[in-house]
Amino acid sequence: MADTPQNPAPSSDEQVQREANSRSRRAFLVTGVAALASLGGWRWLVSQPKEAGIPRPLRSVLEANGKLAGEYFSDAHLAPVFSKRLVREPRVNGKIGMRGEFDPAAWRLQVNSFTDPKRVQAFTLEDIKALPRVEITTELKCIEGWSVVVNWAGARFADFAIKYGLATPDGNSTAASAEALAPYVRVATPDNAYYVGLDIASAMHPQTLLCYEMNGQPLTPEHGAPLRLAMPVKYGIKYLKRIGNIQFTSQRPADYWADRGYDWNAGH
Amino acid sequence: MKQLKEKHPLAIRWFHWINFPVLMLMIWSGLLIYWANDIYRIGWGKTTLFRFFPDSFYKALNVPFRLAEGMSLHFVFMWLFVINGVLYVAYTLLSGEWRYLLPNRHSFREAWQVTLHDLGLRKTEPPVRKYNGAQRIAYTAVVLMGFGSLLTGLAIYKPTQLAWLTQLLGGYEAARTQHFVLTIGYVLFFVVHVLQVARAGWNNFRSMIAGFEVVDTPTPQASVAPAADRPAPSSI
Repeated sequence: MADTPQNPAPSSDEQVQREANSRSRRAFLVTGVAALASLGGWRWLVSQPKEAGIPRPLRSVLEANGKLAGEYFSDAHLAPVFSKRLVREPRVNGKIGMRGEFDPAAWRLQVNSFTDPKRVQAFTLEDIKALPRVEITTELKCIEGWSVVVNWAGARFADFAIKYGLATPDGNSTAASAEALAPYVRVATPDNAYYVGLDIASAMHPQTLLCYEMNGQPLTPEHGAPLRLAMPVKYGIKYLKRIGNIQFTSQRPADYWADRGYDWNAGH
Repeated sequence: MKQLKEKHPLAIRWFHWINFPVLMLMIWSGLLIYWANDIYRIGWGKTTLFRFFPDSFYKALNVPFRLAEGMSLHFVFMWLFVINGVLYVAYTLLSGEWRYLLPNRHSFREAWQVTLHDLGLRKTEPPVRKYNGAQRIAYTAVVLMGFGSLLTGLAIYKPTQLAWLTQLLGGYEAARTQHFVLTIGYVLFFVVHVLQVARAGWNNFRSMIAGFEVVDTPTPQASVAPAADRPAPSSI
């Protein structure tokens, strides 16, 4: 697609045709080379070593997108809330981590200390319920593309973390600064078959709940009893059901679906 | 006599030919995403005239179970699509090309004449200019559609951070529908565009590659000859 300056000088038809041919040749050559180059670029892209299911360059851009979104992320950006009349029963869309034998009576929420990961604190459902009960009606959005308005009730994840000083290095309830908080949280089912990684800002978002009621009823086993995550700042893949273990970490934790080609952040 | 006439500036040709594969890739990756919740159809109540899309269509294109791949491509190539589109609009504004592209008060009447003519319902040929009314409307509309895809796309990409936008568009599901409808719009645009380019012929197609058209102009002496003796110039 090379360009030449306008040349309106009068010339014979043959001269014009010659010039047309020569310009065409050049332009088609350049276009052809550009087309081959982009085809080559595409081939290169899709043949790059994969990082968790997708070619590394794509993964890098997804990470950059996540970082950019993180810069804009704010507790002040709340997910829209809806009237309770709009709630529907979400479909049961995942059984990973829910298949093993499970005794709700013996269940404890285990939390690994940020500073000493070997130290494990255990909490009962009563401990969670002793925290202020928060109810929100938000839109659950599945990464598949469907959405449904659901009413969730539970304790704010942030209230839980702050009360027990779980996210701070010194075990104090509040950190000196946001930077002092554990940067990441890992949440997993009791059998560790399903696990999600969260950035601390999303975990501590005021709409992120440790949820024990859905649509006005106690959670059913298939919807994650006794305790699940509900966090409208993320896709449904992060709403982990049947929480067994929470870990505050300085290393970014693995994430079940991010290991299978999806975006680690999966944020809204 | 023949003359070379510059038609498409180099920058516009680059924007056009970059946009083509990038938009194709956006539509393709969008299809991989859409498959995971393919709920749209044309119909009413229990009657469905057309389902987006039949299983045979997915199977033929090897679409199923590639949601993660589709999302990764979509959220990478969106950057190229947006950057190229923004540069294109900026260029048309700064270079003055917008004068040929924006519809004016004659465009709608002219577009109707062009449509009738192209469908073979009207004999009189519409005036031949760089872009006729139908083209002006189509090329401006497709840029607005691109802007619409950006907005509806952002609304479903970040429905919490950009909740105001999602709500402005009527909610998450509405924005997803709009995003889909716009995509169908590109496909229809593409079909008509390619047919029209094929109709218009080589000289016109080449101008999008090489920038110029070969035009017949009256010889300088011809101006003294009686106008009725020679055919009207086909292009000005």
